[in-house]
Amino acid sequence: MSAITDWAGADLRGKIAGLRRSMLARHPTMAFGGAMLIFMIFCAVLAPWLFTGDPITFNPINRLKSPGDSFWFGTDMFGRDIYSRTIYGTRISLVIGLSAALLSVAFGLVIGLAAGYVRILDAILMRIMDGLMAIPGILLAIALVSLSGASLLTVTIAITIPEIPRVVRLVRAIVLTVREEPYVEAAVAAGTRLHLILIRHILPNTIPPLIVQASYVCASAMLNEALLGFLGVGTPPEIPSWGNIMAEGRTYFQLAPWIIFFPGAALALTVLGVNVLGDGLRDTLDPRIAKKM
Amino acid sequence: MLAFIAKRMVAIIPVMGVVALFVFLMLRLSPGDPASIIAGDYASPADIERIREQLGLNAPIPVQFGKWLWTLAHGDLGISIFTNLPVSKLIAQRIEPTLMLASTTLVFAVLVAVPLGIIAAWKAGTWIDRAIMIFAVAGFSIPVFVLGYILIFQFSLELRWFPVQGYTSPFVDFWKFLRHITLPTVTLSVIYIALITRITRASVIEVMEEDYIRTARAKGQSERIVLMRHALKNAAVPIITVIGLGVALLIGGVVITESVYNIPGLGRLVVDAILKRDYPIIQGLILVFSLVYVMVNLLVDIIYTLVDPRIRY
Repeated sequence: MSAITDWAGADLRGKIAGLRRSMLARHPTMAFGGAMLIFMIFCAVLAPWLFTGDPITFNPINRLKSPGDSFWFGTDMFGRDIYSRTIYGTRISLVIGLSAALLSVAFGLVIGLAAGYVRILDAILMRIMDGLMAIPGILLAIALVSLSGASLLTVTIAITIPEIPRVVRLVRAIVLTVREEPYVEAAVAAGTRLHLILIRHILPNTIPPLIVQASYVCASAMLNEALLGFLGVGTPPEIPSWGNIMAEGRTYFQLAPWIIFFPGAALALTVLGVNVLGDGLRDTLDPRIAKKM
Repeated sequence: MLAFIAKRMVAIIPVMGVVALFVFLMLRLSPGDPASIIAGDYASPADIERIREQLGLNAPIPVQFGKWLWTLAHGDLGISIFTNLPVSKLIAQRIEPTLMLASTTLVFAVLVAVPLGIIAAWKAGTWIDRAIMIFAVAGFSIPVFVLGYILIFQFSLELRWFPVQGYTSPFVDFWKFLRHITLPTVTLSVIYIALITRITRASVIEVMEEDYIRTARAKGQSERIVLMRHALKNAAVPIITVIGLGVALLIGGVVITESVYNIPGLGRLVVDAILKRDYPIIQGLILVFSLVYVMVNLLVDIIYTLVDPRIRY
């Protein structure tokens, strides 16, 4: 008897490994996305040890040096090394991208569950979300930051708020479909309490689409952080972020295009990685949608 | 049909009401005294008092909101703090370049994206499809302003094909207008093209599996007619939807593109207003842009009925 179980276990393990291999083979882009994200975390955590110099102190002798052996990505108008600043800037993008993803999913989940399950709340909440969705996200973020003062926290909040309505709509749509399922009706008939129905039966259905949505929020948050920085309402200039490095490069663009190009390329590649990861996750987690897209 | 349009027009009121409430509360709920936030760090108490008076901040909050809605309903968006001009007048002065840029982008994006999406769907699974899809994902990922600077660097500074920045009205000099608007249009289009291409491909692929496509092929229709007459027509609804929803992207992109190319439109107006903390302008523009978004999507709903007679309201 035990021999059979062991054999089945080994078989299962082999199957999982095989599945994992075939998944990577089928979605090479997803592997690229994952690799980009891991590389980014690596840069963010190990920034001081990646041949970087001081990203903040001014060094006027080295003003506007073009990329070369001593400064791989060149220097800015204050003589700061763009390579070091770009590597350190990874931290801000990563923190803002991940927190915006987590926060928008958390708030969206709670509001969406409430709207999907409580009739009275539904009308009110969805009208509020409709209104919020009508405001162009970047303008809303700009207004929020310019009123509350630019800090890492306010920028993150300002970027997160415009993302919430879409998550709410997604969660609500799932709840409305799932609550008609026979197993939920059975649970209701069996007298299961509301919070247990929500947690055990409804919540698990929302997780795969929410993971996908979170990856898109993450990508768009990173872009928006850079946009805010570029417009001069991003994170404070003391902390290098891709957005504010590029904002400072604007005036010197004709003289020193590298100040914008290198952080811009880093940003584009990272966002590409996260987007591709999101597409891959969508394909693997929800094959029904995958067929459509 | 008319009843439907009337009903939808009425439905805009609560949405815009929520937008107005948000815009109103943002200023009131932000930490600190709104008047001194707007006045900035170097304002004298007299300045702050003047702004307080101008915004009517001395009345109770619900009264303030009611009064503000009343003036809004009369088309009065308030008065700019720095220039002392009515916001509606400032908007009217700056609206032309933005409208021009938005319309050239819309036309260019649709003309490029729909054929690309159809080709990708038609050649689904081949390297052509894959190349188009890679372009579409990349288009989502490149920041608008980085692309703008790359294009300026390559085509204006290196090749000298286009002027570096600025804007000329088409009513003044049409040729100059074209030369100025080309790079901003391409810059702003890329993300929009990416979006529309993806949806076009997806909806055409879905439609191609329908029975009537098989029937059309079986009766010997050429592939071109099957694609254009049978598939695209039925795939039109999601494509039009996404063109409408994408207007939100377009509005956000306009703000950035105008800054990169130094175009004196509404986007520049809002960015300048932010730097000067001219809150009435920011408020007014958020309201106007939101209204545009809502109206475009109403228009999209009306177009549905024209494109797809199966949809009846």
